[in-house]
Amino acid sequence: MSENTPKINTNAAPPAGFSGEGFFATKLSDLIGMARSYSLWPLPFATSCCGIEFMATMGPNYDLARFGGERMSFSPRQADVLMVCGTISKKLGPILKEVYTQMAEPKWVIAVGACASSGGIFDTYSVLQGIDKVIPVDVYVPGCPPRPEQILEGFMQVQALSQSESLRRRDLPQYKELLESYNIN
Amino acid sequence: MEFTNSFVLEALSREFPESVISSSEPFGMLTLEIKKEDLKKVIHHMKDSSLNYVFLTDICGIHHPELPEKELGVIYHLHNLVDNHRIRLKTFMPRENAEVDSLTDLYAGANWMERETFDFFGIKFKGHPDLRIILNDPELGYHPMLKEYRLEDGTRTDKDDKMFGR
Repeated sequence: MSENTPKINTNAAPPAGFSGEGFFATKLSDLIGMARSYSLWPLPFATSCCGIEFMATMGPNYDLARFGGERMSFSPRQADVLMVCGTISKKLGPILKEVYTQMAEPKWVIAVGACASSGGIFDTYSVLQGIDKVIPVDVYVPGCPPRPEQILEGFMQVQALSQSESLRRRDLPQYKELLESYNIN
Repeated sequence: MEFTNSFVLEALSREFPESVISSSEPFGMLTLEIKKEDLKKVIHHMKDSSLNYVFLTDICGIHHPELPEKELGVIYHLHNLVDNHRIRLKTFMPRENAEVDSLTDLYAGANWMERETFDFFGIKFKGHPDLRIILNDPELGYHPMLKEYRLEDGTRTDKDDKMFGR
């Protein structure tokens, strides 16, 4: 066996709490947040080259499954993270918005790559200049296209969000206001 | 008899002396300008006669804002698959009520190509069964390849012209 044998860490740090002999007390919200963050189901909305990088992210070399994201949900009803990988034309904008609207709370959005974030090199009348013109975005991943490591970093940012956010983010007035500004709900 | 550019040109100008306005051979491809009213007649002949141009490769539009009489154009690429000979036909018209005859009853493939040309240039095709826009957002509301419209998106907020070579 080489020196480089990876060590698999099966005892990740627990959320903050009190422990004693035979018990551990913590907030239920922290526990649920942790559980959510390691079973995020992505919905891949892949339209171009960023989609190819996303496929590499899913493959065995980079392995999104290490972060609990191996279960692709091709139905928005069961998805937690909408990963928009690629150029979104204006004609596709309403469809993307409908997909987002059909997802159940809690839900997060990653804009993977320059096109999804800002329209990228496509400075033209037919391309949506960033998906944040039609839906709210939680994490932007830069790159044209981003490497799988960057997509993993974006995914880990969503994990951090789900661990730290309020469990019922949908009830927050700021969140309602944000959705209202996009004419969703 | 060999199937060459000069043979095709001679055959067409003998059959339609009034319709062929000019001819040229850029990069060896025979290119004819045809009178707009006769275009369908000429193409019908080219398809059904021994010239045998059975395949319509492409239809596209062009906009010359500096030429009022020839402002809008439609360009047809035809292919004789047996003799492997290609030809390009052009026809021009002024901007007002730009309309040419549809080729949908000659070539079924003309249907979507004509819809595309209508979508981008606003050129109407007389006799087309379903002339709707095909590629652009239905909400767009204009024909974007006409040169008076800017290429850029009007709603862009974070793009610096310097970075895009403008």
